[in-house]
Amino acid sequence: MSAPEPAPGASSLPGQAAVEPTPVVAFQNVSISFDGPPVLQDVSFTVGPTETRILLGPAGVGKSVLLKLTNGLLQPDQGSIRLFGEEISRMSEEALFPLRVRTGIVFQEGALFDSLTVRDNIAYQLIQQQVPDDVIDARVHEALHFVELDQTFSLFPGSLSGGMKRRVAIARALIRQPELVLYDSPTGGLDPITSTTIIELVMKQRDFYHTPSILVTHRLQDAFTLCTHRFDSELGHMVPLPKGHADPNTTFLMLEEGRLIFDGSLHDIVHTDNKFVREFLL
Amino acid sequence: MDHQPLASFSPKEIMAIDTIDRTAKQIVLTVQDYSLFAHRAVMNLFRPPRYWVDFLLQCDIIGVGSTAIVLLSGFFTGGVLALQSASTLSEFGASNLTGRFVSLTMIRELGPVLTGVMVSGRNASSMASELGSMIVTEQIDAMRALGVDPMRKLVTPRIFACVSMLLFLTILADFFGILGGAFVTVFMNHQDGLQYFSTAWEALRYPDIVQGLVKPLFSGFIIASVGCFYGLRTTGGTEGVGRSTIQAVVSSSVLIIVADFLLTQILLSLLSRL
Repeated sequence: MSAPEPAPGASSLPGQAAVEPTPVVAFQNVSISFDGPPVLQDVSFTVGPTETRILLGPAGVGKSVLLKLTNGLLQPDQGSIRLFGEEISRMSEEALFPLRVRTGIVFQEGALFDSLTVRDNIAYQLIQQQVPDDVIDARVHEALHFVELDQTFSLFPGSLSGGMKRRVAIARALIRQPELVLYDSPTGGLDPITSTTIIELVMKQRDFYHTPSILVTHRLQDAFTLCTHRFDSELGHMVPLPKGHADPNTTFLMLEEGRLIFDGSLHDIVHTDNKFVREFLL
Repeated sequence: MDHQPLASFSPKEIMAIDTIDRTAKQIVLTVQDYSLFAHRAVMNLFRPPRYWVDFLLQCDIIGVGSTAIVLLSGFFTGGVLALQSASTLSEFGASNLTGRFVSLTMIRELGPVLTGVMVSGRNASSMASELGSMIVTEQIDAMRALGVDPMRKLVTPRIFACVSMLLFLTILADFFGILGGAFVTVFMNHQDGLQYFSTAWEALRYPDIVQGLVKPLFSGFIIASVGCFYGLRTTGGTEGVGRSTIQAVVSSSVLIIVADFLLTQILLSLLSRL
């Protein structure tokens, strides 16, 4: 296991100790269980201000639970979770709302509101804040343009395909320019072409806005694509990094039976001796 | 009192005691959770944000949507009351009191209880299944993640819409029940309609009307709070949604009848002093 890569902006003047930037998310010895054996045990990791952490692991290992703990949708039995520097593990629901609106989350199946149009789904937070309609429309069009779904503005989620729903969910998560994005298996159950489109959107958000994120996935190809490509805003699509290079701010976490067994870079994960990680990579 | 040592029980008896113990704890826990849930839902009304648009939308769904079933059930219940009572009353030479019997029974008891049970069947089930589906598709989590409290946005408007609408629906059910009784009295029993309405009117006292209007306030609260409570406790996917719906309808219907009994006792003793 290795320490997370230092984030850009950290001080590196000669003769001075490097000042670690405050992590956006910090888990310390977090455990949680639901009427049975622990789902997560003693999990500790951090997410730096421009870091993308890819959370790997087989199904049912606690990846989604970890993501929900990150923005306080669940509370741990033990340990401490800091979000934007604030301790949230014992915070009340009301106190959590202002922190949650600073994060964007993309749920596994999109979790769009069936009874609302795409416009109202994406603008949900803005509508609650009583933002004027013309401002909402402009921002929704901008968000839909980002996910390349301009034509779906007034459609209902029921008439969208699985991939389109995920893209609308991404637009909803990103409309308020969040300071942290949580992606819960955004490509799960999708065909390879749609998956690539979704990963390209994640990459676009990472490279264009430099938003820190945690991406849960069990698809290795998605994880490696994120590490070995960058989004070219001039070309409008992703391009591979030179051979042997990987994005330094995109690193890996891996869970096995509720325990964090790996925390490191692409180089570390492909050269690890951990038997479980090696089997997973094969 | 001597306690029997656990070792003296057979394995089957220990299993039975264990089951009773677990069930009792489960019931106590559910009552505790429901009380906290209901308290939070009521308190939300006194603190912003308040979702008036959702309140009005729910008034439309619960009130306007339930009007047809309430009118029909009220009308035919009044008719049945007139049919049944006319034959019994005529044995005592009191068939002219049919109006009095129907109006008192409808306004005091059957109007509030029947409306409550009918609205419970329609709305407690729809609330439990709607919120349950939102739970299993993570829409509730999405709402919380977007900074909106589902208790304020979904539960509180439903409860207060249901309380307000049930009051008006009960008045409608009472009115159509008396009309149903009049229809049977005039067209089937061939009695005087004017006499029916005058006995119905003369028999009514303010305590009867108060009794009939207090009950729906409690029934409305029970229907919406129980429906939302079971909906938001849904676990286990689509099968869980079905289970929550059944629990919501059964619990709210039984609670309406139990509350009716207790309220009748309390109101009778309170109103008799006036």
